[in-house]
Amino acid sequence: MSKQIRRLKERLIEGALLLSALFSIFITAGIIAVLFFETFEFFKEVSIIEFLTDTQWTPLFAEKHFGILPLFAGTLLTTLIAVIVAIPIGLTSAIYLSEYASDRVRTAVKPALEILAAIPTVVYGYFALLLVTPALQMIFPDLSGFNALSPGIVMGIMIIPIISSLSEDAMHAVPMGLREGAYALGSTRLQVATRVVVPAAFSGIAASFILGISRAVGETMIVAIAAGQQPRLTMNPFVPVETVTAYIVQVSLGDTPTGTIEYRTIFAVGISLFVVTFGLNMISYWLRKRFREEY
Amino acid sequence: MNRNKLSKWFDSSFYIIGFASTLIGLAILAVLIIDILIDGAGRLGWQFFTSYPSRKPEAAGILSAWIGTVWIMVLTALLAVPLGIMAAIQLEEYSKKSWLTNLIEINIANLAGVPSIIYGLLGLGLFVRVMSLERSVISGAATLAILVLPIVILSTREAIRAIPFSIREASYALGATKWQTIRHQVLPAALPGIMTGIILAMSRAVGETAPLITIGALTYVAFLPASPITYEFPFISFQGLFDPFTVLPIQIFNWVSRPQKGFFADAAAGIIVLLIITFLMNAIAVWIRHKHSKKIRW
Repeated sequence: MSKQIRRLKERLIEGALLLSALFSIFITAGIIAVLFFETFEFFKEVSIIEFLTDTQWTPLFAEKHFGILPLFAGTLLTTLIAVIVAIPIGLTSAIYLSEYASDRVRTAVKPALEILAAIPTVVYGYFALLLVTPALQMIFPDLSGFNALSPGIVMGIMIIPIISSLSEDAMHAVPMGLREGAYALGSTRLQVATRVVVPAAFSGIAASFILGISRAVGETMIVAIAAGQQPRLTMNPFVPVETVTAYIVQVSLGDTPTGTIEYRTIFAVGISLFVVTFGLNMISYWLRKRFREEY
Repeated sequence: MNRNKLSKWFDSSFYIIGFASTLIGLAILAVLIIDILIDGAGRLGWQFFTSYPSRKPEAAGILSAWIGTVWIMVLTALLAVPLGIMAAIQLEEYSKKSWLTNLIEINIANLAGVPSIIYGLLGLGLFVRVMSLERSVISGAATLAILVLPIVILSTREAIRAIPFSIREASYALGATKWQTIRHQVLPAALPGIMTGIILAMSRAVGETAPLITIGALTYVAFLPASPITYEFPFISFQGLFDPFTVLPIQIFNWVSRPQKGFFADAAAGIIVLLIITFLMNAIAVWIRHKHSKKIRW
């Protein structure tokens, strides 16, 4: 009898465990359902062609335009600046940590760099608005108080640890034999790093870049604080812009009643953001999986 | 210079460039901390922790913000930790290779990369609107719990995976069932790793701003959620779960986005408090990991 009770208990526990694991799928389903539902309502009132091609985004004004291009331009511009900052520094640092640094340096530096990734983004926003922008204004006097340049740079600093840490992992996984072969032919460490290790670890390194980009695209507080709230179709880093994420924050801070078109815009731009980051994450996941299988 | 010498010169100069690139992040971190200490240390004091926000920068404080943060953190942990650990046990110990397992794994990896503001939209649509929980503490905590769930699952799985199979086999040999083995052998052995993951997940949650703004946490709150402990029978109240709230990072954001310069000092002081919490949690996590890795040799 007690054996049967025990077996029943095990079954119940197994059921609960399975449900918990399935819950993660419900979350994704929930995200997609919520975004789709409101977006569907949105596109009843706004044509999808206007949404994708109109060059103005003014849903909060009297004369409404619903073109997402200016918001995407803001996201693209800040992300691009972040990438220009983060990729060279992150990759150089990864090569240094993997090929040059001693084990002691590596074990000391890696957790220290992870602190950079642990800092709340609102802190980076403060840093961008009140320290980096004034400093940049000394170099570029015509830089406006809100701009894409400063939050872009700060976002770049934020994603350096992602790129350096993941790239370093990928390079570390390259078999020693490949390096030894190159050394035997008389290569320097730098030549081994750039011509053997980096190409061999390429898919892992690319995965880290894409993950960094995805993080920059979805980053919210830094741009909401320091980039301004003026959606404009420009690639000029000196003027105020608005990103997709910053727009969602702007609407959320106001008192927008449920069911209005303004309320639905945040879901429509949200789904666009979700699709972009989902695509990037999937590519990164696939690349990482591939590099894991290689060696 | 011949080619060989040039290569050697490149090699040794890269040593310096690489070292500098690695340190640049830490140098910026140092600048950031010094700047914030200069701006905000003067505002820190008893009054700062016991005052509500105010129109006057000198009188403003973080009372509603830090109490809101405590509420949200406790509830987020209560929701996310059991669910995350159970999902991890399922995936590590019970799942067989199948399309469903595969789907769940890809899905969790993807959820870990979804921007936090998307979780805010989910919370807004699901908890605030559909479930009519309004802009309450419970809506915020549920949203953050979903946000950190993938982190808890991934780190718990890693901790469970590190437990050698021989421990399970010994337990089975003594007649234990699968669940008894997990409950009495695997989980206790994996506990330090699980704790590390939970603390890191909570340190992520404590700094999250965007999703809570999206679900409509208020930026100016001069009251507290109803206390969970009451003086009348039954001495416990759940009323606070349904009250509006703010949290520390939102209060900081509010102060940063004010035009008056006086509030920047308040923001900096708030950041000092937030950074101390974040660094402390990370330090504890690193310490547990370090202590554990020294103690046990399988």
